[in-house]
Amino acid sequence: MTVEVTRTGDGLRLARLDLFFVELLRQIPVSADPGDSDAARERIYPAAINEPRGTPANEDWRSYVHPELKQLFTTTSQTVREDLEKFEQLDDSEDNWAFEIPAAHFDQWLNVLNQARLALSARFEFQEKEMNQSGPGTIETVRDLSLFQVHFYGFLQECLLQDLAA
Amino acid sequence: MGNGETTVEKESSTRSALDIPWNVVVHNDPVNLMTYVTMVFQRVFGYSKERARKHMLEVHQQGRSIVWTGVREPAECYVEQLQAYLLLATLEKAK
Repeated sequence: MTVEVTRTGDGLRLARLDLFFVELLRQIPVSADPGDSDAARERIYPAAINEPRGTPANEDWRSYVHPELKQLFTTTSQTVREDLEKFEQLDDSEDNWAFEIPAAHFDQWLNVLNQARLALSARFEFQEKEMNQSGPGTIETVRDLSLFQVHFYGFLQECLLQDLAA
Repeated sequence: MGNGETTVEKESSTRSALDIPWNVVVHNDPVNLMTYVTMVFQRVFGYSKERARKHMLEVHQQGRSIVWTGVREPAECYVEQLQAYLLLATLEKAK
């Protein structure tokens, strides 16, 4: 499995993508959605004060701030979804796709990649030890695949951050 | 209504509650990348890279860092901004 990453000046180009990585990229906004996972929702929309959720300050936060955060995350997710409609198939083989993350959208990508990593980690209760490893040795379960996603999305974040810092 | 004094007391107690210094605290999580957290501190607070990195290392090594202290309203704005970057940030009254 290989992914070629190149800085183009206009963005970050990912090439030599096989269908597995194409699908992982397409899953970014899907994974970012906490869906029916309470753990993921609580991590993406945290309380304001380290007190039980029902306290007045936290209820106010839930009423006034969380909708603003939701609006922001929906907008960033939509940008990433639109970018993800622009894969190029470079030849007839199914294992040679390319894709460019536009520099103007790096912030949105960082945000959605983070949402996805946090939501997956909360949903599957990944431990710090698993996060510090380089990824699952083999992919045999949905949990293994999700851990691989978290590491791959982290790799993309590092590439974007390096580009932003350059 | 004859309760003007009560109203004044309520206002002053609300005012003093708002004026108590509040800490903006960022808590560790194993997901956010260290480079990302450093960048967020630079962007949100305008901290130098060195200062941002110092707070990031506090979060990573000690589990939390007080990244800003001041009156409640701007503290809430900072917490909202940090949460928009998906950091685990909360408010607490300064001791």
